[in-house]
Amino acid sequence: MILGFVEWEAGEPLETSLQMLTLARDVADQTGTSLAAVAFGEEGAAVADHLGEYGVERVHHVADDRLTPYAPAAWGQALADLLEDHRPEAVLAPGTDRCQEVLAHVGATCDLPMAADCTAVEAGDAYEVTRHRWGGSLVEHARLEASTKLLSTAVHEVPIEPADVPTDPTVHTVEPTVDAEDLRVQVDRREESDVEGVPLGEARVVVGGGRGVGGPEDFDQLEELADLLDGALGSSRAAVNEGWRPHDDQIGLTGTKITPDIYIACGISGAVQHWVGCKGADTVLAINTDPEAAIMQKGEYAVVGDLHEIVPELNEALREREG
Amino acid sequence: MDVLTCIKRVPDTGSKIVLTEDRQSIDASNLGFTMSPHEECAIEAAVQLVEAHGGTARVLTLGPPAADEQLRTGLAMTADEATLLETDGAEWGPRATANAIADAVRAAEEEFDLLLFGNESADAANYQVGIRVAERLGLPVVAGIKSLEVEDGTAIAGREVSGGEEIYEVDLPAVVTVKEGINEPRYASMRAKMSARRQEVDRREPDAESGPGTFEKLRLEAPSDEDSAAEVLGEGPEAVPRIIEVLEEEVEVV
Ligand SMILES: Cc1cc2nc3c(=O)[nH]c(=O)nc-3n(C[C@H](O)[C@H](O)[C@H](O)COP(=O)(O)OP(=O)(O)OC[C@H]3O[C@@H](n4cnc5c(N)ncnc54)[C@H](O)[C@@H]3O)c2cc1C
Ligand SMILES: Nc1ncnc2c1ncn2[C@@H]1O[C@H](COP(=O)(O)O)[C@@H](O)[C@H]1O
Repeated sequence: MILGFVEWEAGEPLETSLQMLTLARDVADQTGTSLAAVAFGEEGAAVADHLGEYGVERVHHVADDRLTPYAPAAWGQALADLLEDHRPEAVLAPGTDRCQEVLAHVGATCDLPMAADCTAVEAGDAYEVTRHRWGGSLVEHARLEASTKLLSTAVHEVPIEPADVPTDPTVHTVEPTVDAEDLRVQVDRREESDVEGVPLGEARVVVGGGRGVGGPEDFDQLEELADLLDGALGSSRAAVNEGWRPHDDQIGLTGTKITPDIYIACGISGAVQHWVGCKGADTVLAINTDPEAAIMQKGEYAVVGDLHEIVPELNEALREREG
Repeated sequence: MDVLTCIKRVPDTGSKIVLTEDRQSIDASNLGFTMSPHEECAIEAAVQLVEAHGGTARVLTLGPPAADEQLRTGLAMTADEATLLETDGAEWGPRATANAIADAVRAAEEEFDLLLFGNESADAANYQVGIRVAERLGLPVVAGIKSLEVEDGTAIAGREVSGGEEIYEVDLPAVVTVKEGINEPRYASMRAKMSARRQEVDRREPDAESGPGTFEKLRLEAPSDEDSAAEVLGEGPEAVPRIIEVLEEEVEVV
């Protein structure tokens, strides 16, 4: 059995979980075994209705009030119980903050190796996994061998594909053996953020500024451009380090990963750590004085020149159109 | 309070990554070295907590002798002590690394109140060393934290989620893994750098022990050059009409 850890919202599996299930089904097919899923929380059972389409035959539903709200070590223990009872060949989880964390707990409690951010698996006795390093600017081929292989899937890398033959999954309720120690860490409360506008990670248009912007005031032009396009403003780490923008604006390896229709990068050189945050954009248009800058090669469109001359003109032209 | 921060020496790559011939690592012959920004923030959090509550801040790394450089960056940021778990430079997997760190924590004279890690290392991004150390030491662990306070022996830690923040409260001793953005790491003054250079670094030889099963690197690959030779829309403000065309016809956002 291959076991996939499914996250959901409002009774529906998240996209990242469906990406994971697509890879999990591939592993199940390669090894000639069945595909099962595990889901936590009240609506976990309702999620089963959506999983037959992806070839899931069995859903383990962890319905224990003590595990709502989220408690990483306790969720890990519940998975460890499933490992003990069913000895799956592999457990796959999407590479989201929570799943990555829970899977690491499983690896630690069961003393098993874990491979994070995988994009492909060649399953034999040992698995040869392809995984991301440096946020995807490097690919690693690694050998994973264990009684149960633990792997997370890099997000938005495996296209979602329904199974050729849909299934009708059975639901099994699981009662985990968690104790007080497993519940030492649990979400205590939630605080809403007061940030307005489109969140960077969800915006269809993102305008980014880097060291080439030259100072905090000059970000006004970029902000205006973002507003005119109903988009969000982002920045490079250099601009954050200069104190020109807050860290929430940072795009990249240690910032936000964006997936807009278009990313307009102004005065940004395109270091690998920035590029991994914006390569999810359908189109990248770079404005830079240096035609040799990496971002001017990597993107779809390049405009050579001073952003301080180009951006105001562009804003003016857009305003006129709206006019 | 006594705080330990674990950091990892990694090459400071530029716009393109070049591999060594055997494809086992990044060719760093023309590169400097650094650590993950998450880890710089972890050091900053540690020294701020020690400034507020007293105690000592120790930085630790498992790596080659040259990783001394990253420890001294920590000392220059006003950490008090440094430990190098010295290797021959070969990359250690996340399990062996975590076991060696946990054993060093057990062997240390201090009883740490807080162990800080980055959420993930910049190069390997295994997302697990901090959690494994916590489990091995029987400590609670909160991962991916963007705000942290300590009050009366309790850590109050916030993790960013869509639309807000989840708050955790954990009794110390505990492990916390942090993300960049939690604070703004200080720039070390010239004087702090000078004095960091003279400080003693505690050197130890770690045991490699990684348990059943294997997770080992076979080879690295730089993804096929994505350089698409972008289409140049023009130079200077004269390109504006072409930019608008792209926005309108191709991306359809105006
Ligand atoms: C482990 C690690 C993690 C990192 N994580 C991130 C991350 O998450 N996000 C990130 O962004 N960086 C990250 N970095 C930093 C990254 O390596 C680069 O240092 C950073 O992205 C550079 O920012 P920049 O492009 O704004 O600055 P620079 O590299 O200095 O580029 C400035 C650009 O502006 C152009 N320019 C100058 N003047 C003008 C003008 N008037 N008009 C138009 N163009 C102009 C220049 O030609 C140049 O190309 C990380 C680094 C490390 C080591
Ligand atoms: N060799 C190392 N020495 C010290 N700390 C490390 C080492 N490798 C990883 N860490 C710590 O563990 C965190 C997570 O690493 P990883 O599990 O590789 O993503 C890093 O951000 C560091 O804080």
